[in-house]
Amino acid sequence: MALLEVDHLTVEFPTRRGVLRALDEVSFDIEVGEVLGVVGESGAGKSLTGAAIIGLLEPPGRIAGGQVRLDGMRIDNLSRERMRPIRGRQIGAIFQDPLTTLNPLYAVGHQLVETMQAHLKLSDRDARERAIRWLEEVGIPAARQRIDAYPHEFSGGMRQRVVIALALCAEPRLVIADEPTTALDVSIQAQIITLLKRLTKDHGTSVMLVTHDMGVIAETADRVAVMYAGRICEIGPVRAVVKQPAHPYTEGLMGSIPSLEQRVERLRQIDGAMPRLNAIPLGCAFNPRCPKVFQRCHAERPELLAAGDTSAACWLYDVRSDTPAVAATDA
Amino acid sequence: MRDGAEDFAAPMLEAIGVSRSFDVSKPWLQRTLTREGRLLLRAVDDISFVIPRGTTLSLVGESGCGKSTVARMAVGLYAPSEGQIIFEGQPLSAARAQPAMRRRMNMIFQDPYASLNPHWRVRDIVAEPIRAFGLLSSYADIAGRVAALLTQVGLAPADGEKFPHEFSGGQRQRISIARALSSEPEFLVCDEPTSALDVSVQAQILNLMRDLQVRLGLTYLFISHNLAVVRHMSDRLGVMYLGRIVELGPGEAVFRTPRHPYTRLLLEAIPDLDMVGKSRTPVGGEVPSPIDPPPGCTFHPRCPLANARCRVEKPAHTRVAAAQGEVLVACHAVEEGRDGA
Repeated sequence: MALLEVDHLTVEFPTRRGVLRALDEVSFDIEVGEVLGVVGESGAGKSLTGAAIIGLLEPPGRIAGGQVRLDGMRIDNLSRERMRPIRGRQIGAIFQDPLTTLNPLYAVGHQLVETMQAHLKLSDRDARERAIRWLEEVGIPAARQRIDAYPHEFSGGMRQRVVIALALCAEPRLVIADEPTTALDVSIQAQIITLLKRLTKDHGTSVMLVTHDMGVIAETADRVAVMYAGRICEIGPVRAVVKQPAHPYTEGLMGSIPSLEQRVERLRQIDGAMPRLNAIPLGCAFNPRCPKVFQRCHAERPELLAAGDTSAACWLYDVRSDTPAVAATDA
Repeated sequence: MRDGAEDFAAPMLEAIGVSRSFDVSKPWLQRTLTREGRLLLRAVDDISFVIPRGTTLSLVGESGCGKSTVARMAVGLYAPSEGQIIFEGQPLSAARAQPAMRRRMNMIFQDPYASLNPHWRVRDIVAEPIRAFGLLSSYADIAGRVAALLTQVGLAPADGEKFPHEFSGGQRQRISIARALSSEPEFLVCDEPTSALDVSVQAQILNLMRDLQVRLGLTYLFISHNLAVVRHMSDRLGVMYLGRIVELGPGEAVFRTPRHPYTRLLLEAIPDLDMVGKSRTPVGGEVPSPIDPPPGCTFHPRCPLANARCRVEKPAHTRVAAAQGEVLVACHAVEEGRDGA
């Protein structure tokens, strides 16, 4: 059984002008020890998926349908009180901006100790020793001296290391990392990714890595889910999604990323932009921008279908569909 | 020949030994009470470069390396503390004093949300430089020109009636480009023009900028922290670290045969689509504070090749031949031939 099962998860935001459906029947699993990357452009719903799983949706957002199960137990319908011990102990979180994640009024050691004592039975002295070990493990130099330093005394990269320690210190089984390196410079980003990879591997932690950076995903994830307009449009092993994308959107997305390896005259571009939530087209949400659009895409919404090594929500891969012949060659 | 200088016939813009310091001292009273001196931050330290007409020079580097300060100096928003910037053969300050010269340069900013006035209609935003420079006077002429500019950047003439909030980030950046083009400039400074945009939209904007360069013969100074974007856009490339250009040369030469240890570190550090399943050893350390830079070569605390000389002596630029042309590298190890290349 998978560690995390997300099953037809739907998130809605009631507004004065009607209900906006921000996540629309999103389903995926994360196995024990697996790193699942979630990519997509701004507004695709990738951060919202993480927030919904961990029970941190901003009101008026609400889970309107579907289930989230951790180890077979439903966690989407728990009360705040019953969710609190799960958050931190079972599911850790790393957010984009390390400055807002840490409390500026408390020393980093205090924050680590507090988190560990909230979830694990530890004496003050043990918790402090363990906090020092965690700071050492995430690569803070002179951890014993710096444990009583405040967040502002650390640089951005060091702060993000502290945040990682904070997310992992109660030894959760799943970590949701939402754009953990976006606020950092490239040389620091490489250090943080390597650290995150090593720690989660050592502790057997599963990771849901949310980012807009395909490069980070390519390097870190085992499988990747590509999101578009509140739905997963493709999910599969990272190599297949990057090298032989099946969904026309994924294909366009990969082509639009400038490469370091070679210079091309023109980048492939997907014209237009992702639809707003109040104007999602009928049928496949990608149909106005899709180069391979045909009749059925305007009328029916595709579910995930097997497409080579990955699954894609695209009618090109429906064997019963009266598809144009390109489907066979592309798959 | 001057350190770091190159020869190009009739360049569009030339920077000669340019530095810029900012006063980051505490207030006078506090300074007096605590007996502290003034504190100067040297954001840009003695840099020289040339941008030939019709080409793109990119400056790349991490936060705080001074690349945006260079961009602002190149259009005259900051004056250099030392050194000189020459635009079309004239000192920049003299060129900026003449409207006819001033209209030939313009700038595209990073944040398309902050750089457009939310109270103005798009047609007024785009028309402002035309009116300011008195390029056209009749209402009909200006409206026609604005419509043509909007079409040129891939928007509809009818979009001119709308306000900026009605557009997405990518469309707003198109509006910024239309505004920058409306004074018919020849030289554009682009400070991180796509870093606020999603990748598929970034591709649209980068393609548009290249198309416009070919069609209008524009010269770009392109500032970015994203090396892949820089590789796509630039003819020539300067890599900046703590206010200095550590490597400068033809883009392909720098990407194919990087010589400076910092350039190699940067290229090594970037996660790339081709990295699936591979792992690597990242270089440790962080960029030091520009207020108190290390002595000698500012990169020496992180450099695998650093020795005693690097810790005391600031490296001058060494000329290195590459297949694509000459590259300037500010590194003792390269000069002494102990970089293993």
